[in-house]
Amino acid sequence: MTELDKNYTDPKNYVNRELSWLEFDYRILNEARDKSIPLFERLKFLSITASNLDEFFMVRVASLKDMVHARYKKPDIAGLRPEEQLELIGEKTHDLVNLQYSTYNRSLVPALKQQGLEIICEHEELTEAQAAYVDHYFRENVYPVLTPMAVDSSRPFPLIRNKSLNIAALVQKKDGDGELEFAMVQVPAVLPRIVELPVDEERGGAGKAGAVSGGAGKAGAVSGGAGKGEAASGDAGKGGAAIESECARKVILLEEIIERNIHTLFLNYNIVSAHPFRIMRNADFTLDEEEAVDLLEEIQKQLKKRQWGEVIRLEVEEKVDRRLLKILKKELEVGNEDIYEISGPLDLTFLMKMYGMKEFDELKTPSYTPQPVPALMNDDDIFTNIRRGDIFLHHPYQTFDPVVNLVQKAARDPNVLAIKQTLYRVSGHSPIVAALAEAAENGKQVSVLVELKARFDEENNINWAKKLEKAGCHVIYGLVGLKTHCKITLVVRREEDGIRRYVHLGTGNYNDSTARLYTDCGLMTCHPLIGEDATAVFNMLSGYSEPPTWNKLALAPLWLRSKCIKMIRRETRRAREGRPAHIMAKMNSLCDKEVIANLYEASCAGVKIELVIRGICCLKAGVPGLSENITVHSIVGNFLEHARIFYFENDGSPEVYMGSADWMPRNLDKRVEIMFPVEDPELKKQVIHILEVQLADNVKAHVLQPDGTYEKIDKRGKVLVAAQEQFCAEAIAAAQKQSEKESTDVHDTRVFVPAEPQE
Amino acid sequence: MVRTFAAIDVGSFELELGIYEISDKTGIRSIDHVKHVIALGRDTYNGGKIGYHLVEEMCEVLADFVCIMKEYQVEDYRAYATSAMREAKNSQIVLDQIKVRTGLEVRVISNSEQRFISYKAIAAKDAEFQKTIQKGTAIVDVGFGSMQVSLFDRDALVSTQNLPLGVLRLREILAHEHLTKEVEQLLLTEMVDNELVTFRKMYLKDRDIKNLIAIGEPILILYSRFDEEKRKDRVSIAEVNAVYDSLSRMTMDQIEETFDVNGEYAAMMLPTASIYKRMMEMTGAENMWLPGIMMTDGIAADYAEAKKLLKFNHSFSNDIIVTSRNMAKRYKCHMPHIQAVEQAALQVFDCLKKYHGMKERERLLLQIAADLHSCGKFVTMRDATECAYNLIMSTEIIGLSHVEREIVANVVRYHVQPFRYNQVQVLAKPSVYTRLVNPENLTLTIAKLIAILRLANSMDRSHKGKLADCRLVIRGSELVITTGYTGDVTVEAMSIAEKGDFFEEIFGIRPVLKQKKRV
Repeated sequence: MTELDKNYTDPKNYVNRELSWLEFDYRILNEARDKSIPLFERLKFLSITASNLDEFFMVRVASLKDMVHARYKKPDIAGLRPEEQLELIGEKTHDLVNLQYSTYNRSLVPALKQQGLEIICEHEELTEAQAAYVDHYFRENVYPVLTPMAVDSSRPFPLIRNKSLNIAALVQKKDGDGELEFAMVQVPAVLPRIVELPVDEERGGAGKAGAVSGGAGKAGAVSGGAGKGEAASGDAGKGGAAIESECARKVILLEEIIERNIHTLFLNYNIVSAHPFRIMRNADFTLDEEEAVDLLEEIQKQLKKRQWGEVIRLEVEEKVDRRLLKILKKELEVGNEDIYEISGPLDLTFLMKMYGMKEFDELKTPSYTPQPVPALMNDDDIFTNIRRGDIFLHHPYQTFDPVVNLVQKAARDPNVLAIKQTLYRVSGHSPIVAALAEAAENGKQVSVLVELKARFDEENNINWAKKLEKAGCHVIYGLVGLKTHCKITLVVRREEDGIRRYVHLGTGNYNDSTARLYTDCGLMTCHPLIGEDATAVFNMLSGYSEPPTWNKLALAPLWLRSKCIKMIRRETRRAREGRPAHIMAKMNSLCDKEVIANLYEASCAGVKIELVIRGICCLKAGVPGLSENITVHSIVGNFLEHARIFYFENDGSPEVYMGSADWMPRNLDKRVEIMFPVEDPELKKQVIHILEVQLADNVKAHVLQPDGTYEKIDKRGKVLVAAQEQFCAEAIAAAQKQSEKESTDVHDTRVFVPAEPQE
Repeated sequence: MVRTFAAIDVGSFELELGIYEISDKTGIRSIDHVKHVIALGRDTYNGGKIGYHLVEEMCEVLADFVCIMKEYQVEDYRAYATSAMREAKNSQIVLDQIKVRTGLEVRVISNSEQRFISYKAIAAKDAEFQKTIQKGTAIVDVGFGSMQVSLFDRDALVSTQNLPLGVLRLREILAHEHLTKEVEQLLLTEMVDNELVTFRKMYLKDRDIKNLIAIGEPILILYSRFDEEKRKDRVSIAEVNAVYDSLSRMTMDQIEETFDVNGEYAAMMLPTASIYKRMMEMTGAENMWLPGIMMTDGIAADYAEAKKLLKFNHSFSNDIIVTSRNMAKRYKCHMPHIQAVEQAALQVFDCLKKYHGMKERERLLLQIAADLHSCGKFVTMRDATECAYNLIMSTEIIGLSHVEREIVANVVRYHVQPFRYNQVQVLAKPSVYTRLVNPENLTLTIAKLIAILRLANSMDRSHKGKLADCRLVIRGSELVITTGYTGDVTVEAMSIAEKGDFFEEIFGIRPVLKQKKRV
């Protein structure tokens, strides 16, 4: 970076990444506040802001806390020391939380009520009949799984689990001297958080009642729960005459039920006050890999340790008893700045379960079915189709099936010699894992790199790794000091004219369930040069030396950074020569200083730079004398924007790349990542089209302002473009067009076609 | 038919595996190549032995090579070990360990065999190779420990020399001292020149060299990393100098950054560039070709040729013949006599085909022995054959295995001295892949070749080429040599009669000289 102008590297021209991340959470929160979005989708967005914030605390805030403890003074990209960052984050987070709850209380709860779903916020508001129902529900279902804990001189303060929801109470011995004691109970995570109350049968309710449980995300459904109807309906039906609301359905949260019945847990005590609280602990750990004899064991150990981390956030009800708060503060060793007083239910992620409730489909965005890929809509096998030409995949607009299909076909194809794949965040019952195991059993050489360092997913990954090893796969448990983040599959097949390699390269994980939610791109090819590179990638992952040269792929952490910089600089040079120069790039986060400094330089040289960045962006856009030619768009939609696409004008012969890496130091320096070119002119057009449509989005896009805030685009007088919706429509149209073309319906073709003999 | 083949190179600094597809239609195609850095050389060169830990590591890597070979379902393989293993005192034990633990049969090859294999890899790039050697050419193979220079005469490779100039060696000398940039370059130039000037005086003389063929790991790294956009495999002297100049101005950090290599490799860049630059200046070469071949490529080419899946347009036998003739010239042999003996020897060999049972390869050895039979006289007239033996044993002839060189040396040694029946032995062990007909009993092969050479030599006893037109035919138990020469052939006749005893002993046939009668 020596030859760069100082201005480009001046910390004042950068944004702190944590603050930028909070901006991102604000943008999601904006979606929850957007009245044009279906109500249940807004619930989901609010839930996401909450779960995001949890992760943010556990990882980022925690590591800043660690730095403060370690007296680490080095300023960040924007020149802020860890203490300063924590202070700013604290302020901004408190604002964000306030906005979350005002959205919840003032906007969503009333709107839900209007739509026939009432959330009873406090148990005091229950009618007699409802109260009787919840008390019964408590006795039957909740009481047996509770573990009440009192604290006195003989019993120490209990361990409170990370992220668990608890109720704390001040209690007084009934026959004692009036001294206040602390008691608590964990709200059991095994029970559904949302409990539906029975409705008046005469008003058309089916008398259904029970607990709402739901799987993660969209798949959730209302299940009858443990107490479905049996005992409840009687009470509710009769006593319910007094129910005044016109609401068809009512729900209450589990903690309210427990709070109401807490006296039954501490029979010898009087309950002075009881309030829910929740803590967040430091979850980020750094593995000392040089010393870890067996990485696997080390991670398992760390998983157990995780619950013991330092408390970095305490959430309590707003109107909490001060005496109770004082005890919590002391015992959990939290400072005032880390206490969040919440005006509403703690842990809003229950809204995701609420999203899963049945019967509100009109309040949700209709679900989208991923479309078949036109190039594969024929009877030929996947290898034949790839030999015909490179195949581009755009998920979730197009189905992820071809990728699964490639591995499955390869597992069964007698000519396939080997399958090699990187796995990272594999889904629960991954068909890919099953296919790999099958391949190994069929005698193929199967090498799988399982990345154990995927945040929060380690337990999941270890299971699959063991399963694969048992099946006879060669499993590589990650690399020392590096996280393997690239997504690559290599199938080696012996064909008549020799070995041929089939390669899939992607921007997203080999996870068939997230592939329905994340927008990602993939490329299937049997280009020999990419095949050679793919082989070299796996050789390197197996511990062999680097190949003498790379044909097409650029790998982090060794070559990718310099390649990106080189290409940005090439545009800068072109701009200085007065040639057209243009960069379009789409990624999740941009926070690498060297990259940003070079983008500033390019901007000043006159390169037009259009960025589509979903999350963190440490670059300042549109600042005169620095980044006038840079625009940053951010799209938050129903699908999680996840693809990384890079376009460089290159003096009229554009180069297009896709990859697994963001322009972040950790991606460029600490991970194995792959960036690959899209060279087929037709596919290149498609990829450029994606960038162009995203840049044209004026419905879901926010634009980064010079002051660091994000604003939506003024839509007045413009044709509305919603990129995600447009891609859905285009995928459907393309599949339809292809199926018409491929149609062999005799009524269309009016030709009898003799069948080919089956192989 | 496509055949999958694996080549393993157990080198001094690296273990390499190459997987190849060989077909008679499309030639050789590299499928996969892996490399594991392991400094066997450091152990051997320091303590004479390869240590336990390295053996352990080596076996692990080789076992993994075997897995990769299985993955590709390779049908055959060759595993060769070079200098580190060659010089290790415990190589037998190490090789046995490898055999037991991985099932791999690793064979130690001599320096000249090793060079021959890389030479074959170059020649496998036929079009480029033929184009290059049309003009005077030298192959310069700079390795970590030494460099090898091979010279072409017209289109035949005629001499090869191993010089103790390796980049590691140079780097270590430079690393010892705190030197200024200027002194460092001077020191480097002087060390390089020290070896190269002698080489030039002895071997280059006025050979007209236009092209260098540069091979070996260091130059491969240097050029594969230098300026990606302008990467090419042919560079001019101006470009070589430009690279050297820019390298000599860079700090180690800059070299690491520019070439994207670690410190270890970065420190070898300047010595590498320096050797090639001086080599070009000294030979007057104008262009350098970087075929980018690896040892494993050569092993594959060698295998393909042996299995008749590949035919080289270049004749390696011709290289050997021209080399030995050049050697004869260098030692001031009487060339007409050499030619006469060579011709006679081959005539006898061909005529006796049914009786001696030897083939192509032995014929070549005989030809070389004939060419070199009198080179010892350059040193001393007495004991000439003993000297010749030593000269031959210490001259590398690319294309001849060590065993073959020993055979030639012994044939020359005993073509005058009496044959010592139970003492003549070849010390090196013949390869299982040898092209010799009877590798179990090489003493017999030597004896047969001696008998033929003795006869051939006696046929030009007078050094006058009297029997240049002779014709050979076997009649009963006699080899009848008929000549149309009308002058006196007494010397030859006596000599043939004298050598005839041994000849008869070996073949059961007696040579007889007859002069054609004038009608």
